[in-house]
Amino acid sequence: MLIGKVVGDVVATQKTPSHVGRKILIVQPLQLDGSDRGEAVLALDSVDAGVGDRVLLVTEGFSAMTAVGRPNSPIDMAVIGIIDTVDLPEGAR
Amino acid sequence: MQLGRVIGNVVCTIKDARLLGQKLMVVQPIDKHGRGKGRSIVALDSVGAGVGETIYWCRGKEASFPFLPDEVPTEATIVGIVDEINLPVADRK
Repeated sequence: MLIGKVVGDVVATQKTPSHVGRKILIVQPLQLDGSDRGEAVLALDSVDAGVGDRVLLVTEGFSAMTAVGRPNSPIDMAVIGIIDTVDLPEGAR
Repeated sequence: MQLGRVIGNVVCTIKDARLLGQKLMVVQPIDKHGRGKGRSIVALDSVGAGVGETIYWCRGKEASFPFLPDEVPTEATIVGIVDEINLPVADRK
């Protein structure tokens, strides 16, 4: 799982039926120090996250499908939590 | 999932029998601002996308799920056509 930040969303009318009814969020994965970690990705929302939220992102199919509740569906990333705090010992950043 | 743009297609006469009737598209991954990012890939199409369209695609085993119950050997599939990318004003560049 990765820590990410929701930076936007995508609207798609024509899409695979199992994605209907779920928000498609643009999530920027983050390093522990808050800087960007690679490119932003698209993830289905399972916790009603919104732009600006720091979130927990799964980047593998089974966990993503399970979280969204759509088994056997083409979902490889999902937002499965909204992060309140990340506690790290001194120097871990 | 990731954003991409369809930039072409691939025709294969001889291919795995389970790929018969499937469209093979060349997809250029793009960032959230629509700029090309990284190397292009070949993906199957499950939504009727055409050249020039902005799409989003899924990778991994999940990429074969739109075609169930057929077990199609693909590792990347276009799963939606993007109408709109919404980014908050502060994040537009």
